[in-house]
Amino acid sequence: MSRIIASAGIRGAHSIAKQAKEIYAKAVSEKGADCAVEFPNTGYFIPIIYSMTGIAVEKLSDFEAVFKEIDSLLPALVDDDVWLPYLGPVLDAGMATLFAEEIIEACKYLIGPNPVDDLWLGAADDIILRERGIQFVDGTAPGFAAIVGAAPDVETAVSIARKLQEKSLYVFMAANDNGTSFAEQLIEGGVQLGWDTRLVPFGRGISSAIYALGFASRAALSFGGVQPGDFRRNLLYNKNRVFAFVMALGEVTDEWYATAAGAINFGFPTIADSDIPEILPTGVCTYEHVISNIPHDEIVDKCIEVRGLKVVVSEVPIPIAYSPAFEGERIRKDDMYVEFGGKKTPAFEWFTMKSSDEVKDGLIEVIGPEIDSVKEGDALPLAIVIEASGRKMQADFEPVLERQVHTLINEGQGIWHMGQRDIIWLRISKDSQKAGFKIEHFGSILHAMYHEQYSSILDKVQIKIYTEEAKVKELLAQAKQSYASRDSRLADMSDESVDTFYSCSLCQSFAPDHICIITPERSGLCGAYSWLDGKAAYEITPTGANQPIAKGATLDAVTGKWEKVDEFISSTTQGAVESMSAYSMIVDPMTSCGCFECISAVLPSTNGIMIVDREYSEMTPSGMKFSTLAGTVGGGNQMPGFIGHSKQYIGSKKFISAEGGIKRIVWMPAALKGELKETLVKRAEEAGLNGEEFFSQIADENVGADEEQILEFISGNGHPAMEMDEMF
Amino acid sequence: MDPKKRSSDKAAQEMIQLMADKGLENAWDRLDAQSPQCGFGKSGICCRICTMGPCRISKKAPLGVCGADADTIVARNFLRAVAAGTSAHSDHGRTVAEVFLATARGEAKDYEIKDIPKLMRLAEEFGVKTEGRKVNEIAVDVGIIAIKEFGKYEGEQLMTKRAPAPRQEIWKKQGVTPRAIDREVTESLHRTSMGVDQDYKNILKQASRCALADGWGGSLIATELQDILFGVPYPGKGEINMGVLKEDEVNIIVHGHEPILSEMIAAASQSPEILEEAKKVGAKGITIAGTCCTANELLMRHGIPIAGNFLNQELVVATGAVELMAVDVQCIMQGLTSLVKHFHTKLITTADKARMPGVEHVEMDERDALETAKKLVKTAIDNYKNRGEVHIPKEKTAAVGGFSMESIKYILGGKFRASFRPLNDNIINGRIRGIAGVVGCTNPKVTQDYEHTKLVEELIKRDILVLTTGCATIACGKTGLNNPKAALDMAGPGLREVCETVGIPPVLACGSCVDNSRLLVSCCEIVKEGGLGDDLADLPVVGACLSSVHEKASAIGHYFVASGTPVVFGEGLLQIDGSEKVKKYLLDEIENDLGAKWMIESDPVKAADLILGAIEKKRDALGINQDTERKLFGMDDRRELEF
Repeated sequence: MSRIIASAGIRGAHSIAKQAKEIYAKAVSEKGADCAVEFPNTGYFIPIIYSMTGIAVEKLSDFEAVFKEIDSLLPALVDDDVWLPYLGPVLDAGMATLFAEEIIEACKYLIGPNPVDDLWLGAADDIILRERGIQFVDGTAPGFAAIVGAAPDVETAVSIARKLQEKSLYVFMAANDNGTSFAEQLIEGGVQLGWDTRLVPFGRGISSAIYALGFASRAALSFGGVQPGDFRRNLLYNKNRVFAFVMALGEVTDEWYATAAGAINFGFPTIADSDIPEILPTGVCTYEHVISNIPHDEIVDKCIEVRGLKVVVSEVPIPIAYSPAFEGERIRKDDMYVEFGGKKTPAFEWFTMKSSDEVKDGLIEVIGPEIDSVKEGDALPLAIVIEASGRKMQADFEPVLERQVHTLINEGQGIWHMGQRDIIWLRISKDSQKAGFKIEHFGSILHAMYHEQYSSILDKVQIKIYTEEAKVKELLAQAKQSYASRDSRLADMSDESVDTFYSCSLCQSFAPDHICIITPERSGLCGAYSWLDGKAAYEITPTGANQPIAKGATLDAVTGKWEKVDEFISSTTQGAVESMSAYSMIVDPMTSCGCFECISAVLPSTNGIMIVDREYSEMTPSGMKFSTLAGTVGGGNQMPGFIGHSKQYIGSKKFISAEGGIKRIVWMPAALKGELKETLVKRAEEAGLNGEEFFSQIADENVGADEEQILEFISGNGHPAMEMDEMF
Repeated sequence: MDPKKRSSDKAAQEMIQLMADKGLENAWDRLDAQSPQCGFGKSGICCRICTMGPCRISKKAPLGVCGADADTIVARNFLRAVAAGTSAHSDHGRTVAEVFLATARGEAKDYEIKDIPKLMRLAEEFGVKTEGRKVNEIAVDVGIIAIKEFGKYEGEQLMTKRAPAPRQEIWKKQGVTPRAIDREVTESLHRTSMGVDQDYKNILKQASRCALADGWGGSLIATELQDILFGVPYPGKGEINMGVLKEDEVNIIVHGHEPILSEMIAAASQSPEILEEAKKVGAKGITIAGTCCTANELLMRHGIPIAGNFLNQELVVATGAVELMAVDVQCIMQGLTSLVKHFHTKLITTADKARMPGVEHVEMDERDALETAKKLVKTAIDNYKNRGEVHIPKEKTAAVGGFSMESIKYILGGKFRASFRPLNDNIINGRIRGIAGVVGCTNPKVTQDYEHTKLVEELIKRDILVLTTGCATIACGKTGLNNPKAALDMAGPGLREVCETVGIPPVLACGSCVDNSRLLVSCCEIVKEGGLGDDLADLPVVGACLSSVHEKASAIGHYFVASGTPVVFGEGLLQIDGSEKVKKYLLDEIENDLGAKWMIESDPVKAADLILGAIEKKRDALGINQDTERKLFGMDDRRELEF
């Protein structure tokens, strides 16, 4: 009966609010009311508070306004005799709880105990948000499970975690049940925790559950174009886009109820293993709100049903589990049974198109030693040659499909893959070997997954795996020729050489107001989609997120405007964006979602621009950190002077070519600069500069992160931007 | 005289017996004296509109002197009732609008613009600029526009735009979109005067247009502006029935309809100086209690207790415990004037448009409202010493009231997720079959409260959520149907589950009779929320009024029908039996024009079945009576979902 839940939730909310007031008073007395307070490296301040109220908390005393809000939300306790309606009030109490818990966690960052401790990760910063957000955008992570408490034993905990991983879900862990926590149980069970394995331990207390909900509310801000303070859209975005749920393991306390009530505001139901009252009528969540007494072997399936989540699990005929959640797993040397490549042995992978009669679908051959004939800890040479045919297959798709090998193989549990082409490195873990995984199973994975994901272009796929050094070397020579010819074909490809571009609305489930236009010389701003990817994706799913756009008449060759492109943009945005230029960041620049790799921003006094990538979390000369900039640029609005883009676009001849291109770059973080050195030097040479000299003229954080310092630096070093026309 | 036949309310039975024992007369006695009542009048075929009459239609004389037939006469009488009902709500609305405007202009210092968010919503709806303007400036503009709705020389009622687009189209096609409220009432009187409109269908069409001017005009203006002045009602607790009167306190009954008076009396009674004066005369405090719709207004906003409904007004006086009964407009029985002579009770009229012979009048002047109210309260205090024998029945029942469109939204989702979604969802999934609006008065011709409460019990048993207004609300309150704990066991399993989830009783008290407009706007919100059709006529919603007194009931019933909601009335209340054609049109053919029709049924159990039948028919048409598989959402499905 929900009155019991409402009563408990409201009691819990009062209790947590009281705790927040206490720790806040302590923080103020220790640090002073003006002390800066933040979660590390986020542009979203204290995120749930910011998302729901619009209050940007920057110093401790800013919490005063939040406490007022909490007090106004906290309802009276539920009368046992003549009660007033409690559903709305308990939801308010839940939100007040989340605000109070954020205050508690934020104060802990200041006066301890530090939320980041031992296995506990505390707040996810914006880098993680953007990196991981993409998986929620494209569906590789269909949602997350917020687990509070602990399973009755380690074995059950591991089994629940594995099942969630197999369903590709993220698992966010908080709280403990009588001292035991789910995360610690997993560690004891030898499970790798961390963002890479999608098993994320936030904290031991219930208040750390706000890191999961803060992640969700920030997703709405960064990908959904939701404005801070627009609580309704934020919460509905979460209900209808982020399919998360709470799994409560163990005794549900008043404080858990209060926090769960907060989660119900997001449309995230609670599924409990204990015998608590249920709330079955629907409405705030998509289906039931609270379900209880679920046996542990059924709880994962029940959660998915209650949340209304469709999870497609790939059937791959291998003896180990297979899911995107295993993609980030690392295999340490001590856990490894056998490895391939990684400079120890020659290794490469090669996808090549064949005629139909040359391919026998389903053929998987291992030529050379299998796993059973190698010793633990050995390294073998490896060539994975994928030969495929299909009526709709084109040579252009070879690199697109080849690049999938990394992801596809990595998704096997206990298998690790990195790199591409002839710089690959693979490991098979001891556990996987023990489970019966063989080298031929690389082929099984690839055959099954290519058919599953690319059946509209591929008819037949065969995989030959070579583990004999001589044969590998022989084939490598052929593969290298193929790589080289692909590269030259790509290098020749320009926006002028094609008559069709591709749109990309892949992230529209998350970022509804943005649409990418992908051209050969400007890849999608997330860096994940090139023009060829777009083309292949269109062939695979003609009604999908990538649609061909015939360029039509060129309206402006300098800024990069085409008649049909503008028409497309205007119609898909319902007129919100009428025109877009592919090569200008000043005149009708392209909009951004929230997943961009980099942001370029004009630094007016320097007559140039700065570029910051999402890995760089420090202050930039624009006066904003990446995360704050991202908030300005994202959400589908045209912001002259700012664009989001991929790293690859920096090396394109069309990189803000309307404004003079690469010569405008006056500042980049040192790491990004280093990563792109070769490209920058080459492009500078092509632009008629001395490449090395230009490279050294670009300032980085070692010069400073202040526009004046940058101006001084480039004024003294003859940076070409100084001589160029005004940008505006 | 059997008190149990007169009322199903134990407190009322006790007082009816007491009055009989003392030889005091009340409405039931006067009804007995009037019986048998005129059969021509009952069936609507008595015409006394012109001085060639009065005419009454019979087999022997099937036409009036002018030649009007039964169809014309019945339709005219029906339209006149609708017009009178419309005028009552609307004049109430106008008074509120005038006080509102005076408040905005700073001329009514004791009132304030309390609910600013609601003012802003209404300003936006009326096209009043809000940015950078002071609250009072905005309110002045809103007030002027509201007042213009009564008499504007062109254009249609602004708030009809709240109705779903298909409904507006139907009105347009049928030519019944209401114009200025006064115009609709005036035209109705003109059309029904001698020698004007003689086509019964055309007359009934005007009834639709006039009634719509009430529901989407006068009544809605009253509700909306009262909410801005006194606050949107949110659920609160209150007590109902005569047991709320206190033996050791000064008891004041506020009776009538407009909160303009009662709000001030409530405020005055809390002032320390006044309480001090009460103590001086030996009273422990001051109890304000309402009867009739004023009571609903006060309970909805302040949890002030309710002494009873329409038929309780004389019984309350007979307790001998009432120092003052202050009345404003509507449903005030003239019988009070002679009854109070037997008691110390001071009866005071406060509205110039509703004076009573031999009764003291204190005009409620909005410019000095609190002082006027204090004066009234002091009169009551002074009168305390004059009390004679007191007999207060013990009965009182705890109830939860205060359900407005806004508060229903809030309780279903809190501040952050406020919406009708949970209601729509649970109607769609069948836990709740549908909604019934049970409204009406208490008519001495039937046992007081019984029809309303029995019907409501039968409806909630059938998993139908009930919204009540007017005296029907008070009837339900007395029997515990508005008590979330007591009423839970009476609800069907599906409805019960939803009530338990939300913490509501299965019967939601939505206010006074003018607040039936809340039901209209709530229905609009339900349509807007989605999943239950595009028009009000698609909704599994039915209105019911098995007992009524006032012409307002005809106006209310007809504005629901004309808005697409079928309505069940008790037998004889519409007074249309004299014309087969009028009956056929109102009980059948009107559905083709406006999507809903009248139904007649006096038996509460049969009425509940009739309502359930109508609801299930709507559910079938919506396709929500079929079992559907739970939908699981993949990425493509999610892209379809809005946020």
